[in-house]
Amino acid sequence: MMVEQKVVDPDYLILEAPRERKFITGSQAFAEAIKRANVDIAIAYPITPQSETMHLVGDLWAQGYVKDYYRAEEEYGAMSAIAGAVRGGARAFSATSGPGLLRGLEAIVSWPGHRIPAVLGVMTRVVNAPLSIQPDNVEIAYLLHSGLIVLHAENQQDVFDFTLAGFPISEKVDVYLPVVVATEGFFVTHAKGYVELPPEDMKLPPRDPYKAPVPPTDCEIPPARIQRDAPVQKSNFMSYLIHAVWQQEVWSANERARKWIKHYLGGLIEVVNPKAEVFIVASGCAAAQGREAQRYAEMEGLNVGLVKIKSIRPFPAQELREILKDAKAIIVPEHNIVGWLCKEVKAVIPNGDRVVEGPRVYGGMTLPVELIMDEIYRVLGIKKAKKTLV
Amino acid sequence: MGLEYVKISPGFERYMPRDYVDLVKMGQFGRQVDVMDLGQFKELVEDHPMCAGCYMAYFIRIFYASLPNPEDTIVLGTAGCARLALSQAAVPFIYGNYGDTNAVASGLKRALTIRFPDKHKDVVVIAGDGGLMDIGFGMTMHSWFRREKFTTIMVDNEVYGNTGGQESGMSPKGVQLKMAPKGKQFDKINAVELAKVAGCVYVAKLSPTNPKRIAKVIRRAILAARHFGPTFIHAYTSCNIEYSIPTREVLADARNREKKDFKFYEWMTDEVKEYFEEMEKKEVKA
Ligand SMILES: Cc1ncc(C[n+]2csc(CCOP(=O)(O)OP(=O)(O)O)c2C)c(N)n1
Ligand code: SF4
Ligand SMILES: [Mg+2]
Repeated sequence: MMVEQKVVDPDYLILEAPRERKFITGSQAFAEAIKRANVDIAIAYPITPQSETMHLVGDLWAQGYVKDYYRAEEEYGAMSAIAGAVRGGARAFSATSGPGLLRGLEAIVSWPGHRIPAVLGVMTRVVNAPLSIQPDNVEIAYLLHSGLIVLHAENQQDVFDFTLAGFPISEKVDVYLPVVVATEGFFVTHAKGYVELPPEDMKLPPRDPYKAPVPPTDCEIPPARIQRDAPVQKSNFMSYLIHAVWQQEVWSANERARKWIKHYLGGLIEVVNPKAEVFIVASGCAAAQGREAQRYAEMEGLNVGLVKIKSIRPFPAQELREILKDAKAIIVPEHNIVGWLCKEVKAVIPNGDRVVEGPRVYGGMTLPVELIMDEIYRVLGIKKAKKTLV
Repeated sequence: MGLEYVKISPGFERYMPRDYVDLVKMGQFGRQVDVMDLGQFKELVEDHPMCAGCYMAYFIRIFYASLPNPEDTIVLGTAGCARLALSQAAVPFIYGNYGDTNAVASGLKRALTIRFPDKHKDVVVIAGDGGLMDIGFGMTMHSWFRREKFTTIMVDNEVYGNTGGQESGMSPKGVQLKMAPKGKQFDKINAVELAKVAGCVYVAKLSPTNPKRIAKVIRRAILAARHFGPTFIHAYTSCNIEYSIPTREVLADARNREKKDFKFYEWMTDEVKEYFEEMEKKEVKA
């Protein structure tokens, strides 16, 4: 069943190899990336809308593409086991959604401090209560202050590219942090889109756990007395200092990921119409809707641009300041009620009153392009009778 | 590699700390020591900040002296008193979040099995009663259900020692502790029976009165885990602080409990029994 795979250079596989177009779901796109990522172990726990991805990854294990796989007891156990596997030198993958993410959070937010290079898929889902399984990406807000690298995929293609590139980015010696690939549940995971895929008979080189700023815990490297855990269990200045320095290093490593995100993913942002008067700034699925709104606006002769943010951590502060320097208004559509992206954008640009707080949909609603168009008309002072766009 | 990694490269002896040189020259790496010789060799753990006279600290000292293969052993601990000593030992130690030991160990052991299919890398969890039977209960049980091949040792002081003496699921019924101002309302959890039902292949319960026997149990638990499946040791390691046991009476208390609810108990599957019988026959011959 398994295709014989040869190891190729990550740069070749990600940037140069010929690609073939397939029409697949976001879940399939995750699995296609894992198939080529030479993953040692994947640990799964079911939750909609993530489950389908980890079913497919389970099939990859059954076929021999992934060396070990199991269904964990729950997300805290799954994410803790990922930490153990990565510290043991393995390349690991897991994925979860909404309540599952929050259940696993204590383990996940300690990965950066443990210097755990791994990739975690996050397929967004409403955080209870009331119960819902629909896409709402408020959970991403909980990931932003822990040192994790957080990429936000707009579509199936991004899911594939971000996940595959996530492994080499995560394992770079000057980074060595976990990479989250978030995308909207259902809208991306359960819908099909075109994805350009490199050949399936190629895979990334295996993880080399000795190319590392902190060694794996495998009893293979000297000396025996030196440990990975800083002695920070005392209430004295030295222990505060050790922890402080460790945190600084985690965030510096997060910063250093910028160049690798640029290298593998072409930048932290993508810009459409850089000379625009009004910009839509969005990430994930909202960027797809923003892209449509930009297209309609252009058809109507309006000077509107799009900034799609691919990397939420590290955050493209410099890039945004530059591109938004002359923008008259900045519209930030989001799939959550708190507006975490809006706050991020406002915090890094001057004259924050240019930022339009929304439109926001939540609870799993779709984000109609009309809502974004209404904001465009409003900031441009155009009075329009409401009309429906396709 | 194993043993190789602890050795000092030629020419570097004089630059390495004395402590490390002694560890390599007079320590346990590459040889089996007898716990009865404690004090005659350089131990894997020496300094630690646990309370003076703490019986858990004593148990941990015996534990390290009993390792069948210290140069290829990884110890996992969690929040709780034990980690204060475990983190000071010359054996790689992993500390994650409170109660996560058996999940982390599952991932670690699997990774080591993938990477070193022809070697024994022993993985041992040592955690408190709160860590294993309360907050980490699900992960403890499921590592056993999944038949993960590592050893779990519960250092049971019948209390949350590290946070200042609160009731745990392993505290005896009726005992008045913090967060149990009217005395504990339910029985001590029967961890040994749970371990057997959940799939451990070797289970022992002891009060640390006999170092030679502790060493044997630890060695057996680790060897059985290598070949057959999860193993569990339930050790009574009193907290002299929270239970107000004067240091000089700690051993007497351990003996007293041994007569009551901590009688030495050892159980194993037939397969494991056969394995030890074979092994012991060979040892006698040698
Ligand atoms: C998630 C989380 N909850 C609570 C704590 C606080 N905590 C630290 S140690 C401990 C109790 C330890 O008791 P036990 O596991 O029995 O070990 P002992 O100290 O008695 O050896 C607790 C509750 C924590 N560190 N993390
Ligand atoms: S609090 Fe109790 S168990 Fe903890 S170190 Fe002190 S005596 Fe030992
Ligand atoms: Mg305890």
